[in-house]
Amino acid sequence: MPTLFEKVWNAHAVRTLPSGQTQLFVGLHLVHEVTSPQAFDMLRQHGWTVAYPQRTFATVDHIVPTSSQKRPFIDLTAEEMTTALERNCRQYGIQLFAPGDDATGQQGIVHVIGPELGLTQPGMTIACGDSHTSTHGALGAIAFGIGTSQVRDVLASQTLAMDPLKVRRIEVNGTLKPGVYAKDVILTIIRRLGVNGGVGYAYEYGGSTIDNMSIDERMTICNMSIEGGARVGYVNPDEKTFAFLKGRKYAPQGDAWDRAVAWWKSLASDPDATYDDHVVINAEEIEPTVTWGINPSQSVGVSEPISTKDQEALTYMGFTDGQKVAGTKIDVAFIGSCTNGRLSDLEEAARFVKGRHVAPHVKALVVPGSQEVRRQAEAKGLDKIFTAAGFEWRGAGCSMCLAMNPDKLVGNQISASSSNRNFKGRQGSPTGRTMLMSPVMVAAAAIAGEVTDVRLMLEEVTA
Amino acid sequence: MAPITVVTGRALPLRGNELDTDRIMPARFLKAVTFDGLEKHVFEDDRKDNPSHPFNNAAYQGASLLVVNENFGCGSSREHAPQGLLRWGIKAIVGESFSEIFRGNSSVLGVPCFTAAKADIEKLQAHIEQHPDVVVTADLSTGRITAGDVTVQGALPAGVRDAFLTDKWNPTAMLLADYDDVKATAARLPYVAGF
Repeated sequence: MPTLFEKVWNAHAVRTLPSGQTQLFVGLHLVHEVTSPQAFDMLRQHGWTVAYPQRTFATVDHIVPTSSQKRPFIDLTAEEMTTALERNCRQYGIQLFAPGDDATGQQGIVHVIGPELGLTQPGMTIACGDSHTSTHGALGAIAFGIGTSQVRDVLASQTLAMDPLKVRRIEVNGTLKPGVYAKDVILTIIRRLGVNGGVGYAYEYGGSTIDNMSIDERMTICNMSIEGGARVGYVNPDEKTFAFLKGRKYAPQGDAWDRAVAWWKSLASDPDATYDDHVVINAEEIEPTVTWGINPSQSVGVSEPISTKDQEALTYMGFTDGQKVAGTKIDVAFIGSCTNGRLSDLEEAARFVKGRHVAPHVKALVVPGSQEVRRQAEAKGLDKIFTAAGFEWRGAGCSMCLAMNPDKLVGNQISASSSNRNFKGRQGSPTGRTMLMSPVMVAAAAIAGEVTDVRLMLEEVTA
Repeated sequence: MAPITVVTGRALPLRGNELDTDRIMPARFLKAVTFDGLEKHVFEDDRKDNPSHPFNNAAYQGASLLVVNENFGCGSSREHAPQGLLRWGIKAIVGESFSEIFRGNSSVLGVPCFTAAKADIEKLQAHIEQHPDVVVTADLSTGRITAGDVTVQGALPAGVRDAFLTDKWNPTAMLLADYDDVKATAARLPYVAGF
């Protein structure tokens, strides 16, 4: 019996191409400023047009400054890239959620605004020139990152030439302990299966832990599928999915809503679906997890010693084998990104931060994932909690996850980061060091001035 | 577009697992509206950090093939990484394994990514390090990779291999052919029809 992946794939398959690949219809194409300008140029060179402009939506996230979105941007290249996207969207009739104070007010990280606006829906195929497109799978979509030439293909034809994937069911069961979050679950999965364990697979996440998670938490899980090598990650749609979508701007309305829910329900993997592989993880064993190395599988539980033979990673990060990560002095704390920049992430971090203060030597940033997240957070007073605690409260964008804007590490600074990649140089300094962890663990590190076991500080509160 | 049947030239052995696309092309070089000039920045930070990095080695300048280890090109989907390598002169890559997105991006640019067994990659890398002038040939129809007296068996996914051999490796024209089929598929999707 089929999985959701197979059902969605088959519904979108146009034909088998002469190459043996499948031509797959793309239900939603999300576009941003970094990986699209060359694709639009290729379109013009060939005299092609955009096949389904109404299924294409754009925003500016990677290069946008987070201190002020006032146009023109001080960084002339950032301004040029934004202007190019504005021009392309105008020429081809594509809806753009632009930055700037006088724009739609709906700009944000592409993987935050898609679900937020209800553009992301179960049963869709979703493509975007960004590897974290897997995020959208949290709503039961088959969503994957593509390169710029493929952005061109989707613009021109609304289809892609794709090879089918195998499906690995990853079942996480049990109740997460206090201080343990979705981020710790996905870091644990990647640690267990490796950074290339998912090559050739779509990851289907299920089990009681995932069932009990909010859609935001499921997005954190699906977001980092690609860090485990899986281009696609998804969760079967359920009542939480439907409740999340109901009433959102682009979600079906009225009678169409009921028909949509009926279709969405029919797409979930059948109870007796067959999988190419099956992995079971016990949630109760998961600790707050921190990366110590230079790829996202190089992580440990915060109370555990590092155990590795990877001398390159140890040397780069300044650790020794057998050392514990707790107690590592940090320079920067970053809460944000498409992994952990949603309202619930900020709420959870703010709850912990309230009444505490960032250590004097730490630069701490909170970057909401979208302008909407920022507005909602401000309505709840979270901005005041963060700023009172010594965090900087910024505008929406990708920011220090990949440092294509002015938010960068300097020299070999160590960053406690709620983002998704700890690659060498990832946060903007060629020698900068990144330790990935949950937003609450980032907040705890900001306050303690060093990586710390948040559970010890949670006890302080309850004691 | 022409069929690609054989890639021949000198090769550059680049050791290391998990060489991600941020290493191949650091994000600051993505701040542009074209791919022009990316060849200058391939592995820029690694090269600055390590003067004896293979991409700094005079013996490997002008190489056409790259021989790598596990999970090459993991991480970001940025096509800037294979664009930079292609513009630098790389026309084929042989490795233990590749990230899917990187391999797909490379294929669309006409750069086949062959996989081969770990021991065979080691043989190739060692041989090229000892003989940087050796001419390496990667044959798409047989999958064989030859460097002097070393020959190893490489593999390409069958569909990708056939696409290269029959000049169909850049798919846009195929995707636009018989376009009514695309429209029909779209029309059958409940969400396209407005439920």
